[in-house]
Amino acid sequence: MNLHEYQAKQLFREYGIAVSDGIAVSSPDEAEKIALSLNIDKWVVKAQVHAGGRGKAGGVEVVDNIEKVRSFAERWLGQNLVTFQTDEKGQPVNEILIETCTDIDKELYLGAVIDRASQRLVVMASTEGGVNIEEVAEETPEKIYKAEIDPIAGPNENQANDLAKNLELDDIQSIQFRKIFDGLVKLFIEKDLSLVEVNPLVITKSGDLICLDAKINVDSNALYRQQEIETLRDPSQEDPREARAAEWDLSYVALDGNIGCMVNGAGLAMGTMDIIKLHGGEPANFLDVGGTADSKRVAEAFKIILSDESVNAVLINIFGGIVRCDVIADGIVEALTEMGVSVPVVVRLEGNSAQKGLEILDASALNIISASNLEEAARLAVQASKGEI
Amino acid sequence: MSILIDKDTKVICQGFTGGQATQHCIQCIDYGTQLVGGVTPGKGGQTHLDLPVFNTVKEAVDQTKATASIIFVPARFCKASILEAAEAGVSLIICITEGIPTIDMLEVKLICDNLGIRLIGPNCPGIITPGEAKMGIMPADIHLPGKVGIISRSGTLTYEAVKQTTDLGFGQTSCIGIGGDPIPGTSFIDVLDLFEKDNSTEAIVMVGEIGGTAEESAAEFIKSNVTKPVVSYIAGVTAPSGKRMGHAGAIIAGGKGTAADKFKALELAGVHTVKSPADIGKGIAEITGW
Repeated sequence: MNLHEYQAKQLFREYGIAVSDGIAVSSPDEAEKIALSLNIDKWVVKAQVHAGGRGKAGGVEVVDNIEKVRSFAERWLGQNLVTFQTDEKGQPVNEILIETCTDIDKELYLGAVIDRASQRLVVMASTEGGVNIEEVAEETPEKIYKAEIDPIAGPNENQANDLAKNLELDDIQSIQFRKIFDGLVKLFIEKDLSLVEVNPLVITKSGDLICLDAKINVDSNALYRQQEIETLRDPSQEDPREARAAEWDLSYVALDGNIGCMVNGAGLAMGTMDIIKLHGGEPANFLDVGGTADSKRVAEAFKIILSDESVNAVLINIFGGIVRCDVIADGIVEALTEMGVSVPVVVRLEGNSAQKGLEILDASALNIISASNLEEAARLAVQASKGEI
Repeated sequence: MSILIDKDTKVICQGFTGGQATQHCIQCIDYGTQLVGGVTPGKGGQTHLDLPVFNTVKEAVDQTKATASIIFVPARFCKASILEAAEAGVSLIICITEGIPTIDMLEVKLICDNLGIRLIGPNCPGIITPGEAKMGIMPADIHLPGKVGIISRSGTLTYEAVKQTTDLGFGQTSCIGIGGDPIPGTSFIDVLDLFEKDNSTEAIVMVGEIGGTAEESAAEFIKSNVTKPVVSYIAGVTAPSGKRMGHAGAIIAGGKGTAADKFKALELAGVHTVKSPADIGKGIAEITGW
């Protein structure tokens, strides 16, 4: 789950991590009021969406009079911001963060992530801030400095100092950096985060360290114990179909193709997309119905798949392990009967109670194309999507 | 021969009296697994599936001499359950549960490593040694005792690989799902090493997927340490960047973890790769000449 910048900065403040002063607003009137109350003559206004690249897309501006604050709010609130990280529709802007303007001397980078290779929380810092850090990692990896945090002992006292040295900070800045470092590690662990990025962390003209941007991803598996964080969820930033699927414990990701997929198991769901592509077709989605699918969830999965208007064929690929194929078959029949599905449906059932499942499909009067293996299923689905069968 | 479990392995189940655990324990017992008891705090002294229930893993291990535990407890209790098993002295822990917070796993993994305990999972189908024993949720009847070792991050893709190697008559020595989480207890390398040293394993299937660099590390390991033929398939060639594909660990982040990179690393290491999940068995036939 992702947080907005203003939410991330609020968490930073709670952990003693220096950020610029600012308040999020949701109307032009409020924008004007808050901007005046800050008692300054230069503001940074930032559209709040779950995507990077906002600056280049016009979603971040420095403005020097109150009318411009208002007109920025009028321009963006209720609109969608399209950046290189969003799709062509963009993400809706419902809030704008109004901040004091910081005079920047130098831009640095600070991040923290669970590193899968070392199996540690790793804090990363670089002198190359304000730019795309993935490019820095690719072209000049020696400019990214890392501290691996011991999961049991926590950070040792030298780690923050070493990074401060790498960043060429002076003594006062090093003290400030240690505070940010310690706060960041504590925040990451206590709030079950999966990623934090501060790009840029800046040295101001007056020589202080301050976080100008803040990006936080939270580990969705831990939301049961992070109820406060859960309340920060913004459904408007999520794909509506993905959100609806999540409510039903289905895992769905929309893609660009026309063959709807319903599969059990994440690996097999990806494998099914791949084999469709190998046969010259285009998958419309990833969908894992999970290990405990019942007929209701199968029906709901069908509805979500078919709510994508480009879908003109459906491939159902079930390898029953925990899940029973006859239960899935009942769900398929129920959903197709109820919804009056008009697109061709190719079904491959294997494993637990597969024979019984196929008998249920055969006994129904529905137009279902059954396949005896994965290869055949993919071939038939691609042919069906092209109107060849 | 086999790896990690056989017909003599004494197994307990944590979360024994729960619905999922009960259903799968019945199937494990039917398959021949030496299930000797289970643990459900507060239900010690009772009998479940004709086996003793204990309050703690320590009591269960002391009285049954079990060396392995399979865990079905809810995600929020898994850290405590795994650590309890580790400290009670079992040498093999299989955690089936999905949804354990990653921060918990960092600590759990380090402690298990320090104690020298083999943890498989979480978020995995478990392990089976066909014809001998199973500690997991896989459908037993697709397996056949034989000569291929199978490792996978995905449950259902393991079943694909199993079915294809069964249909071709090759069979399996052992099949292990290491799970789809970012911090798995056991890596591809751990299992490749076990299969390399297992005399009855003659060929290996490794099924990977997008996310992380475990397949690239495995490729390096195979190049210098594995003499047996390896066939590999990586799921997610068509997966978009930045999206989590069902498994917590299946995500292409910052351009890293793509299927294309993984295929390339494996091919450079001399691994026979197949681009379709339907060609895994065929790949084994081609590379071994069986």
